[in-house]
Amino acid sequence: MAARTLYDKLWDAHLVQQRADGSALIYIDRHIVHEVTSPQAFEGLRLAGRKPWRVDSVLATPDHNVPTTVKERASGVSGIEDPVSQIQVKTLDDNCDEFGIVEYKINDRRQGIVHVVGPESGACLPGMTIVCGDSHTATNGALGALAHGIGTSEVEHVLATQCLVAKKMKNMLVEVNGELGVGITPKDVVLAIIGKIGTAGGTGYAIEFAGDVFRAMSMEGRMTVCNMAIEAGARAGMVAVDDITLDYVKGRIYAPTEAQWAQAEAAWRDLTSDAGAHFDEVVTLNGAEIMPQVSWGTSPEMVVGVADVVPTPEAEVDAVKREGMERALEYMGLSAGQAIQDIKLDRVFIGSCTNSRIEDMRAAAQVVKGRKKADSVKQAMVVPGSGLVKAQAEAEGLDKIFVEAGFEWREPGCSMCLAMNADKLGAGEHCASTSNRNFEGRQGYGGRTHLVSPAMAAAAGIAGHFVDVREFVGQE
Amino acid sequence: MKSFSKITGIAAPMDRANVDTDMIIPKQFLKSIKRTGFGKNLFDELRYLDEGKPDQECTGRPLNAEFPLNHARYQNASVLLARKNFGCGSSREHAPWALDDYGFRCVIAPSFADIFYNNCFKNGLLPLVLTDDEVEVLFQQMYAAPGYELTVDLPSQQVVTPGGDVFHFEVDEFRKHCLINGLDDIGLTLEQADAIKAYEAERRQSAPWLFDAVKN
Ligand code: SF4
Repeated sequence: MAARTLYDKLWDAHLVQQRADGSALIYIDRHIVHEVTSPQAFEGLRLAGRKPWRVDSVLATPDHNVPTTVKERASGVSGIEDPVSQIQVKTLDDNCDEFGIVEYKINDRRQGIVHVVGPESGACLPGMTIVCGDSHTATNGALGALAHGIGTSEVEHVLATQCLVAKKMKNMLVEVNGELGVGITPKDVVLAIIGKIGTAGGTGYAIEFAGDVFRAMSMEGRMTVCNMAIEAGARAGMVAVDDITLDYVKGRIYAPTEAQWAQAEAAWRDLTSDAGAHFDEVVTLNGAEIMPQVSWGTSPEMVVGVADVVPTPEAEVDAVKREGMERALEYMGLSAGQAIQDIKLDRVFIGSCTNSRIEDMRAAAQVVKGRKKADSVKQAMVVPGSGLVKAQAEAEGLDKIFVEAGFEWREPGCSMCLAMNADKLGAGEHCASTSNRNFEGRQGYGGRTHLVSPAMAAAAGIAGHFVDVREFVGQE
Repeated sequence: MKSFSKITGIAAPMDRANVDTDMIIPKQFLKSIKRTGFGKNLFDELRYLDEGKPDQECTGRPLNAEFPLNHARYQNASVLLARKNFGCGSSREHAPWALDDYGFRCVIAPSFADIFYNNCFKNGLLPLVLTDDEVEVLFQQMYAAPGYELTVDLPSQQVVTPGGDVFHFEVDEFRKHCLINGLDDIGLTLEQADAIKAYEAERRQSAPWLFDAVKN
């Protein structure tokens, strides 16, 4: 057989039917469901008198709308103050009960952001096809799986048929070799990649992240990178399976049992691109050159190093890009040439499916330990990605470190990543955020988001403006 | 699903690149559990001067006079002219629902984000790709002529301007077929139930762990 990429292998293994026009029916192993993009799908099933094809392949949990304060969480769904949010979370509960779908409900300790819960529980495994009505499903590609977001009609389609009508994407290899500098995190790596290829650079591709930097990276770091494949335009990002993958998966609740492990491991070991496999596009970066990244504009590609200045639109030759930059500067209230480190922060948000896992919590805690939040920063919030991450962090005493530094320690959920609950930015406020999108209004009407790593966000919360976290920690 | 064959309608501009789905329909409106009623909040943050709330009556809200969809000449538009990478970001199908509910039947752009592109076809909305230059021509003609109408003919894969220019576009055969006939995807897939079952039977043998049930 010809040499195949990891994506080719995953695709081939799930092909149910190939059509002459290039579209295909592919089989879906795992379907994760949340409250925002599923109500209309369940309604569709009901109207057509259909049932889920394989109900035990589905796992649900509410995340986008759930409040993150202890007070509002105390009485479960009925405690959600926003009546519209309450109905949506309640609707998920009702639908899961009606169709017999396992759901980690609002105050279940396993509840959390879908893309954190999936890998953490072992519901998402190497070699699987994984979908969810949410674009950041790509996170699961870190496991060596084919994972991507789908729309609500497709949620209904997968529920009813266990299949998706899809067309094979092209293959892109993003190779980052060399060694990352001290203090450079997976978030900086992925922001640098997006800065290089642009938000549409990966459109039509499945990206495989390869090279020394990813081989050395932890699973959680790989998840951060794959999570933002969509911000580079690619529906799916993935990393080949290695020992790090297998160590991560072993022992998780839904991982294969002892009896099946050897067979599964043998299959998973093959989940790498063959030598000589063809990629339609190859992008390379030198890991040693990546600096801590900060986004200055309203698109994730508008990103620079922390030591840089806000770029000048006049220097851009592409007219459409130039206009976009001008509009972004106006929205962000920044001027060309301004030093990134002069940007003052009103709020700090550490959380989201990009950076809310235990390693992210640890990285942020390490920076704030023994320090205090700047008075000029109104609020610094830390929102763990799941109940289990929260419990782990508390067992390690991280919550106390945050609270002592003046940071708020919250209940798990999407929170200020998209501000569907009460956690949001005020108009004009600047936020150092570990989330993934800095679009206009994303974190609140008129809010101004700067995407950074957890360590950088924590340091900004202490200093009140952006600082190079490497010097900052060096000052001890 | 609504079928799409041939339409003629007023074209309106969304003249910026990388329009994301947060911009098409902001998140506060995603709390609805319905598929309809999103049209009044299409491009909410650009269209109105105040902050939109879910379930709010929009008729009395202050309009942004600079936003084209608020201009008399673009009322009742059914074709949206856009720039590259339209529909990027979140996978929310509320974006095509909002465009459809507002009255758009077709979006023309040099490129679309993948998930948005896919979602349009599920909702009888045609995302149509022309080259950068062709889109530029349409923008110029539209700006020059109030009431500018385009004809979009899916069976013959053509866009026709009032002046008689004809632009050809590509579209997948299967998607075209479904759209023209308003076919329900799920029904079509279920016709292949035997093939799906055969696939499952084989996989249960070769990779049994994939079929372990999610349990509470
Ligand atoms: S954390 Fe943010 S990006 Fe992730 S699923 Fe939630 S809303 Fe979407």
